[in-house]
Amino acid sequence: MDILLSGLLLSGTYALIAMGLNLQYGVARIMNLANGEMLVLGGLAAFWMYTAAALSPLLTALIAAPLAFSGNWLLYRYLLLPLVRRAKTQGQLEVDSILATFGMSFALVGIMVSIHGEYFTYSYLAEPFKILGQTVALNRLVAFIVAIGIGGGLYYWLTHTYQGTAVRAVSVSTEAAGLVGINVERVSAFAFALGGAVTAVGGTLISTFITLEASVGVIFTMKALIIIIMGGVGDIRGAIVAAVILGLVETTVASVIDPGLTLVAAYVIFLAILLFRPQGLFGRRA
Amino acid sequence: MTIGIKRRALLAGASALTLTAMTSAAFAADPIKFGVVAHLTGPLAGGEAVTHTPNIELWAAQVNARGGLKVDGGMRPVEVITYDDKTDPSEHIKAVQRLATQDKVDFMFSPYGTGFNIAAAPIYAKYDFPLVAVSAITDQQEELSKRFPNMFFTLGTTTGFVEGALDALTTLREAGSIGNTVAMVNVADAFGIELADKARPMFKEAGFEIVYDKSYPLGTPDLSPVVKGAKAAEPDAFVAWSYPPDTFALTEQAIIEDLQVNAFYTAVATAFPAFSGKFGSKIEGNLGAGGINPDTPAMQDYRAAHLEITGGEADYWASATYYASLQILEQAIEGVGTIDREATVAYIADNSFDTVIGEVSFDEQNNSMRFWSVGQWIDGVFHAVADTGMGDSVAPVAKDGWN
Repeated sequence: MDILLSGLLLSGTYALIAMGLNLQYGVARIMNLANGEMLVLGGLAAFWMYTAAALSPLLTALIAAPLAFSGNWLLYRYLLLPLVRRAKTQGQLEVDSILATFGMSFALVGIMVSIHGEYFTYSYLAEPFKILGQTVALNRLVAFIVAIGIGGGLYYWLTHTYQGTAVRAVSVSTEAAGLVGINVERVSAFAFALGGAVTAVGGTLISTFITLEASVGVIFTMKALIIIIMGGVGDIRGAIVAAVILGLVETTVASVIDPGLTLVAAYVIFLAILLFRPQGLFGRRA
Repeated sequence: MTIGIKRRALLAGASALTLTAMTSAAFAADPIKFGVVAHLTGPLAGGEAVTHTPNIELWAAQVNARGGLKVDGGMRPVEVITYDDKTDPSEHIKAVQRLATQDKVDFMFSPYGTGFNIAAAPIYAKYDFPLVAVSAITDQQEELSKRFPNMFFTLGTTTGFVEGALDALTTLREAGSIGNTVAMVNVADAFGIELADKARPMFKEAGFEIVYDKSYPLGTPDLSPVVKGAKAAEPDAFVAWSYPPDTFALTEQAIIEDLQVNAFYTAVATAFPAFSGKFGSKIEGNLGAGGINPDTPAMQDYRAAHLEITGGEADYWASATYYASLQILEQAIEGVGTIDREATVAYIADNSFDTVIGEVSFDEQNNSMRFWSVGQWIDGVFHAVADTGMGDSVAPVAKDGWN
């Protein structure tokens, strides 16, 4: 029970890390290596607002979401769209976007170092909370609830609305989506911006229980990549299911076997999925 | 093409301008150039930004306010050239090489991290730069100082580090505050593994029983299974050979799980002002790596100046020692009286220095055998409670809950 609960909470964290990149890579087809930096930027905003103005990270998340959305929209519109337009093949776009966003990640790290080069540490809701007879950290629980909210909201939006359907269409095929009258560029820009906003909100929440610093983003990018490749690129359900699997397995291994083996366990699952279902749990065969 | 050429011409013009500006300023007082390769970004940037960078800023500001260093019968200001190595050893070596050969700096400050100090030692030795290492804790002093006579150590040995923690626990046991059982965890990284390996036999020999002994990977996002496991083993004391992010995370989990131990030790970052900033009164009685004697006038002046000039509080461990390493370099340069690196190395080896952490001198293995090893948070100050050669530590007290 204890393991299940802790594992689910960790899954929430992983879902927050991965959902944004899933939108950016799955729909807008930008392999955004600066995604982790966007997450840390959210964390920096939360830290800064909390220490300077005693503002709750939950409020910061509300402020950060539209800011990150417009920032990412501008990024896509002016830095990445030219790459999309000139790319002749998907492969070329992937190489170009990896290089461009890799450079962007350094710029973002530099900006964050100049704002605050030390650890972003503060205490928010670091309190025990009793649930089903088990003690959990309240800040992790809050992050988990928000993760459910974002995940559920995204899933509903993607499957039950007209605009969401258009997004899924672009995710399946940009050409076909264009042929049926979907404005592919606008939908891609929207998905990229939304992905950035989800990631930044994730960062504000994660910063309440993980000590971040300006350069730590790459670790989150890697984790997000593993999760969306496990789950299947472009499918929000896949990212969530993969996050749950990772969270539960890591917590079980840490509690029952040895905390030192959590990374091993995570990579064994990753390898197994790559071997037996290379397109990911919910992925389509290319 | 034309644009490219124009841009290059512009750049050349600009650098020519800065060059002239620099040479004309040089006539006034040619600065002594100090180089440092810092981890401005990358995994160790957070530690560097707390412990090293502000001290270099403080020291340079203070020396220049005095008019500079006394060499060749006159005063010369100091200038610091900094490069970022992204916490990458190969970048680090390249940048050190560049400082030595391109910028032709006169002296260099020591880098952050044991591995970086050892990696940079050969180049420092090749160009005769004195390397007064601070953030380098190792048991290989003898071998290193034999190979690199220019390398000096100020913050102690791995054995001393573990002995300190053991001293604190033994004192608490003798006072009846804790029993014999210890839960020990470590970060699965060179630093954590080495300390845990050293601690196991030493703790056993001292009559402690390690009831929980686990490692966790660097960057583990959830340490609650570790703290729950430790709690289930019902230890009297908890010891973590941890790095900053896990020091914060383990402490937070211990508060959430209400881990009731009378001695709670975490390693790196416990001495950071941000640690008490984050946890407030809850960490009263927490033990950790480092500690200082906050009561000497030199330390009080230093901490006040640090706050005033850098805008931040000095940490309660290596900050003061790093500042002391700059003072050692300063006193050695002035003692020699010229910019002679070889003579400066010899001067450091043969003399004793009056620093913020007291008098520092080096033995035949270039090791300063005076350092604090364990501190304890008492009323918002991290007092040293165990040391080697300092003799001014206070006795540790039992931790009384997380309030």
